[in-house]
Amino acid sequence: MANIKELSKIPERLTGGHRLCSGCGASIAVRQVLMGTTSPVVVGASTGCLEVATTIYPYTAWNTPFIHNAFENVAATISGVETAYRALKKQGKIKKDIKFVAFGGDGGTYDIGLQSLSGALERGHNFVYVCYDNEGYMNTGIQRSSATPTGASTTTAPAGKESYGKPQLRKDLTAIVAAHNIPYVAQACISNWNDLVAKSQKAFAVDGPAFLNVLALCHRGWRSPAADAIKISKLAIDTGFWPLIEYENKKWRFTYKPKERKPVVEFLKTQGRFKHLFKEQNKPVLEQIQRDIDAHWTYLEKLVQVTS
Amino acid sequence: MCEHLPREMHKNGKRIVETEVKMATQKLVPLTGDQAVAEAMRQIEPDVVAAYPITPQTEIVMNFSQFVADGKVQTELIPVESEHSAMSACVGSAAAGARTMTATSANGLALMWEIVYIAASTRLPIVMPVVNRALSGPINIHCDHSDTMGARDSGWLQVFSESAQEAYENTIVAIRIAEHKKILLPCMVCQDGFITSHAVEGIELFPDDKVKKFIGEYTIEHSLLDMDNPVTYGPIDLQDFYFEHKRQQAEAMKGALTIIPEVLAEFNKTFNRNHDLLEEYKLSDADIAIVATSSTAGTVKATIDELRKQGMKVGLLKPRFFRPFPKERFVKSLSNIKAIAVLDRSDSFSAQGGPWFSEIKAALYESKKQPLITNYIFGLGGRDIFPENIKKVYSDLEAIKKAGKVKSLVNYLGVRD
Repeated sequence: MANIKELSKIPERLTGGHRLCSGCGASIAVRQVLMGTTSPVVVGASTGCLEVATTIYPYTAWNTPFIHNAFENVAATISGVETAYRALKKQGKIKKDIKFVAFGGDGGTYDIGLQSLSGALERGHNFVYVCYDNEGYMNTGIQRSSATPTGASTTTAPAGKESYGKPQLRKDLTAIVAAHNIPYVAQACISNWNDLVAKSQKAFAVDGPAFLNVLALCHRGWRSPAADAIKISKLAIDTGFWPLIEYENKKWRFTYKPKERKPVVEFLKTQGRFKHLFKEQNKPVLEQIQRDIDAHWTYLEKLVQVTS
Repeated sequence: MCEHLPREMHKNGKRIVETEVKMATQKLVPLTGDQAVAEAMRQIEPDVVAAYPITPQTEIVMNFSQFVADGKVQTELIPVESEHSAMSACVGSAAAGARTMTATSANGLALMWEIVYIAASTRLPIVMPVVNRALSGPINIHCDHSDTMGARDSGWLQVFSESAQEAYENTIVAIRIAEHKKILLPCMVCQDGFITSHAVEGIELFPDDKVKKFIGEYTIEHSLLDMDNPVTYGPIDLQDFYFEHKRQQAEAMKGALTIIPEVLAEFNKTFNRNHDLLEEYKLSDADIAIVATSSTAGTVKATIDELRKQGMKVGLLKPRFFRPFPKERFVKSLSNIKAIAVLDRSDSFSAQGGPWFSEIKAALYESKKQPLITNYIFGLGGRDIFPENIKKVYSDLEAIKKAGKVKSLVNYLGVRD
């Protein structure tokens, strides 16, 4: 487990002065992930808030090598960088041991970048892929993605007279990634920093691809107070809305389990995107969301049991 | 004797006997265009190749993969899951300072499109053999130039090859051109699908060490892997700087017009060749001329030889480079011709002819003589072009010359009406 005193000594690779919102989950996720290694690290990012707000030419907030290519291809791009590294190291042109990490939002990972990610995982490049999952296309103005949870109101699946927001379940990307049989897969959250840093350390340490799906709140999209990012994230964990799990050596494991799961409404009521669900006519939707969360939690418990 | 030899032995209509004797003593290897390019890649031995199969390019990546499997090259291969990822991985690899190549055709190039532009604007000297194939739809696997012509404004250098020998040689010289510090632009090396890519020619392969010496070591100025001097690649570039960067890109392409002939001169000297931005064939005393590139130039040359025997003063201008577009050279070569036909193996659907025609016609606006000019779109989807088709064009040109005017500006050759 990471010691906060030791972690504070790791130089910041994402420096201050970037233009992400205060209370942005993405920058918190990035800083915690990068505390997972003391080795030199090359960062890739897909198009999105993280890239846009940290690299406005002629400025950059990165004091480590950084590459952005396009929206859907950060996994393929970093696979090219990592391969070039192996090619040049083999020839003795590079001496250092270098780590590689790719950051994509949920739009760039669950949706448009899924093929690029799948290809890079299957090819077995030695890199860490981090999805900073804020459950929608926040950079373009809060549109629904396949990571958007049931009932959330977004600008392309808004709540209205005939709609309660997104009717579908979100995609279980963590399970899809695990199906690639890569050395390490985990779900983490910015509120549980020691859990996240420990997972990042594991991800950087394994030989081959590793994947972290990090719930990283966007208060603009979630319609919540900027100062409450960590508090709301903690509720996502304590309600079982975002289970903290990992997959390693063919085994699934909870890395943290609340003693008693709180009702999901405790989480939902903190955010404007779910506000309409608390109207009388949407009561069945709230009940359905709770049933879905319970069912997934039970499924995960069984999964942990049969693979342990 | 290989097919390309008689073509190589003419310069401005004169036979070069010394070259013939020298070349005839070289050992020729029977190879297809795809195999010849794979051989060039073996000799170049890029640090990284990221590629995906597509007909009729597949044999390049297949043959090269075998070289990797047999330990003939040290190259790291990335067997990507799509062309989009091929070009994406190439961008990452090239930014990391590795000499990087890929290859594609038609729909594969179309799938790369977004990243093709990014590669050029990031000034990464990736060399990409493109085996020209008709772009869907309808789906068709045979030759035309709609694929690379669609990418003409992407900021890549584009060189077209008449034969497998030329495709081989262009691939080698493209490395030096793309990586030139004053150019730093990616380059497409085009050859005709199936016609060139799958036909066997006798190929003269240069010695490996000579090729390696000619291309030299690649060093990047700002490597993504320089951990001591970290750089940010691909930043967001807004109203205050984007325009300047695009202007720099335009200047690099313009500057390439001066630098390419210098690199070609060095190539010619090293390998006893005669490459130029464009090639004239029996043009200096011609009254009427065809402009045609790639394999069709060979058919035109053979037809010219036949027509010349009948006393017709016919010639050919074979452009090699489309990007950069050697405007002044076109003006110089074509100004004294009375009637010109530009052959385009793709339609731009502009309702005013194909891409070669539009640009050559625009270039000739600067010529005081303003020769008569007409356009023929031909060979779409691999439709064969025969000497009879070429003779028809020359006979049309004779009529235009006599009449002193062009009746039909854009014509379709070898198609049912």
